[in-house]
Amino acid sequence: MIEIHNLFKQYDHKPLLNGLHLTVTKGSVVSLIGPSGSGKSTLLRCINGLESFQRGYISVNGQLLYGIHEQSHNEIQRDRQVKNIRLKVGMVFQQFNLFPHMTVLRNITEAPVHVLGVSQAEAESHAASLLQQVHLEGKAHRYPGQLSGGEQQRVAIARALAMKPEAMLFDEPTSSLDPEMIEEVLAVIKELVSEGMTTVIATHEMGFARDVSTGVAFLDKGEIVEHGHPKDIFSSPRHERTRAFLSRCMK
Amino acid sequence: MNTHQSIFRYCALFLVCLSLFCFSTKNSFAYQNTLKKIKGSGTLIWGFDAEGGAPYVFHDVKHPSKLIGFEVELAEAIARELGVKVQCFQNAWDSILLSLQRGDFDIALNGIEITPDREQSVLFTRPYYAYAEQIVVRASDNRIHHLEDLHGKKVGALYNTVARRMLEEMGDVSVSTYSGQVEPFKDLCLNRIDAVLVDLPIASYYAKPNPQLRLVGSPVGEGYYGIAVRKEDAALAGELNAIIERLMRNGELKKIYNRWGLWNTAQEKLFLSEGLLQKYTECPPAASEKTPPAVITFLPTLLKGAFVTIGISLLSMMLAVGLGLTLAIMRLYGNVWIQKISTAYIEIYRGTPLLIQLYILYYGLPNIGITLSAFTAAILGLGMNYAAYEAEIYRAGIQSIPGGQTEAALSLGMSKRLTLKRIILPQALRVAIPPMTNDFIALFKDSSLVSVIAVVELTKSYSMLASASMNFFKLGIVTALLYFGMSYPLSLYARKLEKRLKPHDRNP
Repeated sequence: MIEIHNLFKQYDHKPLLNGLHLTVTKGSVVSLIGPSGSGKSTLLRCINGLESFQRGYISVNGQLLYGIHEQSHNEIQRDRQVKNIRLKVGMVFQQFNLFPHMTVLRNITEAPVHVLGVSQAEAESHAASLLQQVHLEGKAHRYPGQLSGGEQQRVAIARALAMKPEAMLFDEPTSSLDPEMIEEVLAVIKELVSEGMTTVIATHEMGFARDVSTGVAFLDKGEIVEHGHPKDIFSSPRHERTRAFLSRCMK
Repeated sequence: MNTHQSIFRYCALFLVCLSLFCFSTKNSFAYQNTLKKIKGSGTLIWGFDAEGGAPYVFHDVKHPSKLIGFEVELAEAIARELGVKVQCFQNAWDSILLSLQRGDFDIALNGIEITPDREQSVLFTRPYYAYAEQIVVRASDNRIHHLEDLHGKKVGALYNTVARRMLEEMGDVSVSTYSGQVEPFKDLCLNRIDAVLVDLPIASYYAKPNPQLRLVGSPVGEGYYGIAVRKEDAALAGELNAIIERLMRNGELKKIYNRWGLWNTAQEKLFLSEGLLQKYTECPPAASEKTPPAVITFLPTLLKGAFVTIGISLLSMMLAVGLGLTLAIMRLYGNVWIQKISTAYIEIYRGTPLLIQLYILYYGLPNIGITLSAFTAAILGLGMNYAAYEAEIYRAGIQSIPGGQTEAALSLGMSKRLTLKRIILPQALRVAIPPMTNDFIALFKDSSLVSVIAVVELTKSYSMLASASMNFFKLGIVTALLYFGMSYPLSLYARKLEKRLKPHDRNP
């Protein structure tokens, strides 16, 4: 479903992604773990077209996105393909990024109505079922500023789901939450995963990575150092760097 | 409720203080005997406005630091007769009598028509020049021959002059009022008006040498210029009267007027005895009653001015908002060249005075074939100037919205355009409202600047009425209240709007 081939990205002569390969099959759940600045967020943002990269390509369901230094790169084609990818892949941010001037309901219906051309009524009934799914019935007419961090992040998930994506990208969805709210957000993601949603999640929640994901990729310095089944990565990591990181995390 | 009450209380307190100040200082500037002071100090301080122009008092083009004009020569002759030197005091013509009363100078000598209104506040000497009003038209125009032909026409006049009052009393003349003497003739050449009615000396000096223009009909509405002194300076007035008579008898006055091409047979009336001169002004002044007219009689004119002010402000603000937003978006999202164009526009419009921009729009553009009406030029001038400020406000507003908002919108598949329209601008607007309100109130008051291009708005109406009636204080308060009455609701509305658009916090 998502294929990443030999991805290179540098910024200011500093390499951020360094020849990275990753394949995410349909229905799988891949957790990206690794220290801050290892490239987890950058990778997710590249998939979504929020950041460009120099070399390699990303393929999402056949939509190809080439690095800007690749011969096959085409500026005009890129814009169209980025848009196609964004319609297939939903994204949830660390900072929620809800639209503060809109109610919860409008946050969710805005894109379906104005991008997909869905009728307001249809969008609203879909939004209602999504709010139920993220356990936020009754909050439809609140504004983001009136919600807790955990509630806001669950709205952000509902907002991304409203576009009926085939895959979801989570960029450290619980990193700016108070500990008591982390669980409610993870619970929603777990439910989503159990329904078969293809998911890539950058996270510091090792318990979640170990218990929920079908694959774990350990990133360091822009490379995937190790990629495998969660059991293998957590119980018998092959690389020294993975071991060092995990032992620091488990303390 | 509370804030309203306290605001009105403060206003009332302010007005009381202001009026106390005015009454207590009323006479403190006046000298007991100005004549004695002049002789003692050896200088006669002469008030005039060189901006009024030729042939009265103006700067010599060849030696710009030197003042010339028939009144300069007259003032020098008078000073010589008094045995003193002239000291010049430049003062805006509109407020020349007010400054005389304040004691800024000893005499006001600057084509001041003797009218009963003015005689209520100052003392005039015997006349030193007999003027009449002259009609000027385009050389090619054969429609106008007499004063009566001006009915239904668009006619230019200098403001606060007898000519303007004559035109207004004709009822159906649409009067364009100017403060400079050059501008009405320019507008006449540009077909913006059909005729100009001005004092004969001005017509002789400016229109006669211009082949595009023609003087028609015989002069109408005769009157006299006199030298104004303070009411209590009867002694000075007596001395000046004697001097004027001496200058007339010895032919010096005629010599001066001849040099400026101003002598005509009408001047012989000046030789009449003072008793006969009492019946001077042919044109009855609007308010000649002994008691000064109540402020209420001026209200319709002031309200008319206020409507013009509101119209100009609203239309130019709409232009400023639209153009400003376009400029901000060009500067933020355009390619290099579009960004440069926007930046250049903003810098040029912010870096040059609005007054000059207005002059260029109104008097400069006709040189390249674009002739705008005064109202259009006023709206374009104000709107284009304020657009530069609005653009920067919007740019700051847009930039204050966190990048995460754009990313979230894009990740949902929104286009850049849709993101800007539905996500960024609504939030940026909220940030921009307080500085926008500020700007709108400033524009509101800056709209008074457009009076330089013959638009009569509130401030212009005020200054015309005030200098005609010498009632600067009361009319000033009324005008200020009108401005306040227009801008305060605006502030209230902006505050309400801001509240409505406020981000909704956790505890509403």
